[in-house]
Amino acid sequence: MKYKIQTSSLNLHYGSFHALKDVFIRIRPRMITAIIGPSGCGKSTLLRCFNRMNERTAGVQIRGHILLDGQDISQTGNDLTQLRKRVGMVFQRPNPFPLSVFDNVAYGLRVHAMKKGAAVGKAVEAALRATDLWDAMKDNLHRSALELSAEQQQRLCISRLVAVEPEVLLMDEPCSALDPIATEHVEELMRVLAEKYTIIIVTHNMQQAARVSQETGFMLLGELVEFGQTERVFTNPADKRTEDYVTGRYG
Amino acid sequence: MTTALTQTVGLTRPKTTRFNANPIIRIVLMLLALSAMSGLAIITLFIFKEGVPIIAKVGFRHFLFSSNWYPLEGEFGIFSMIMGSLAVTAGAMVVGMVFGLGCAILLTQFCPPRWVSIIKPAIELLAGIPSVVYGFIGVAILVPFIRDYLGGPGLSVLASSIVLGVMTLPTITSISVDALQAVPRTYGEGSIALGATEWQTTYMVILKAARSGIVAAVILGMGRAIGETMAVIMVAGNTLDVPHSILDPVRTLTSNIALEMGYAAGDHRKALFATGVTLFVIIMILNTIALTVSRRRSKGKVLAK
Ligand SMILES: Nc1ncnc2c1ncn2[C@@H]1O[C@H](COP(=O)(O)OP(=O)(O)OP(=O)(O)O)[C@@H](O)[C@H]1O
Ligand SMILES: [Mg+2]
Repeated sequence: MKYKIQTSSLNLHYGSFHALKDVFIRIRPRMITAIIGPSGCGKSTLLRCFNRMNERTAGVQIRGHILLDGQDISQTGNDLTQLRKRVGMVFQRPNPFPLSVFDNVAYGLRVHAMKKGAAVGKAVEAALRATDLWDAMKDNLHRSALELSAEQQQRLCISRLVAVEPEVLLMDEPCSALDPIATEHVEELMRVLAEKYTIIIVTHNMQQAARVSQETGFMLLGELVEFGQTERVFTNPADKRTEDYVTGRYG
Repeated sequence: MTTALTQTVGLTRPKTTRFNANPIIRIVLMLLALSAMSGLAIITLFIFKEGVPIIAKVGFRHFLFSSNWYPLEGEFGIFSMIMGSLAVTAGAMVVGMVFGLGCAILLTQFCPPRWVSIIKPAIELLAGIPSVVYGFIGVAILVPFIRDYLGGPGLSVLASSIVLGVMTLPTITSISVDALQAVPRTYGEGSIALGATEWQTTYMVILKAARSGIVAAVILGMGRAIGETMAVIMVAGNTLDVPHSILDPVRTLTSNIALEMGYAAGDHRKALFATGVTLFVIIMILNTIALTVSRRRSKGKVLAK
């Protein structure tokens, strides 16, 4: 399969507000794709289409197709749980549950009834190792997740996803609540995770997009203005509006 | 002591010059606060002073564990009434929690927010209905219904539990709704985004996050149920036996005091105070248990945002 996620003429309305306009995007597997653009241009909205989180908001209307591995995700009907297990999401503000570190990571396993007994412990360890949290957490598994630092919380949220063995990780400004050093750590983690997972990151930080992503899409007022290899988008944009934005001339 | 307290108060408040410049207001407020507290202390002291000697005279074990209550012959055993109070309160808590908590969960998790703003005040209005009206409805409708369809005299543990349960609904629902609404939305979103269903999200994350508030709601509801008197007198039957089924009539500690205080004298009167002491202690024990349980369960799980 050449593309992990593919949309065609994707349109989204919040009531009468046209938030996504004919978006056509192709996400390659096992890569980091960045989506940039000014505030309110619809980046989060696009991201939340991929795990059908938008449908929880009242008054949302979606037209067009979103293919995951060539299959239309709206065809999954009511089996949203399966879709969201395959397409996980990391939020802007770290949002661990008010449970212990262990229970946070085991949450998805329990929800999907994936593992039992000792296997849960093993899976939790593996998931914490995957985000480099194991050494810090192995003696603190029963501490409340809310006592961790912001960076650890965000890593924990990523562990929580990794535990259910997803295919795609959607990250909506995952570093905006973190300091520069923690940001660097999480970016490093993303590079490692990209070997196994398809990652889509929304970011306001153009340097971050340039640093971590292989492909970049630029959005403006609900349109995907430009999409291509990150280097090309930043150094040789095809669209005047992209050029204005990446050179900092945009509003 | 007053100065120490004053200093503490001064420390915990923002130091505005206006406040400091007016020591008279401060002293008046202090006195008001102290008088409320000393009122509580005096009441406590008084019922203990009146009640404890008779418990000593009858014998602690006899008083608590004998079911023989023959005040005229000097027999004061309140076991059946303790059981009555506990049975009725437990039943009320089942009713109150199933419906109150259920309603709160339904309203906050599965209904449009607009419904909450209509239904919650409506439920809170129930708190304004005098308890004698609840009792009246119980006697007029519930008791005959139980007698006709379930058997027994109708006046029963079941009837009291339902009436008291309904009376605790405003407290339990209203406080639980507040607690559930205070749970940050991001918890629920995180869970849904992991593929959990709404229901899994509710009981695995939201209820846990709101636990301390819900426990508070239940404790307050329980306090109302165990202390309620008028409605229970009307529907409980007030007989002096330990109930063996939920269809048996009972007498609660509160009813006992209210029913007999009018004509009691001497030791009898003191024994009624002792009943009050017992009620007081039971409420303290229940509250402590509820608080400890909630605290232990949430140990290491900070419930702040
Ligand atoms: N629930 C909603 N109802 C109505 N309009 C909405 C809703 N959510 C978002 N919008 C609008 O849709 C547009 C896109 O929102 P979105 O959150 O996707 O932007 P964004 O690019 O992620 O912005 P930011 O960078 O600030 O996060 C915005 O103009 C916003 O006002
Ligand atoms: Mg956004």
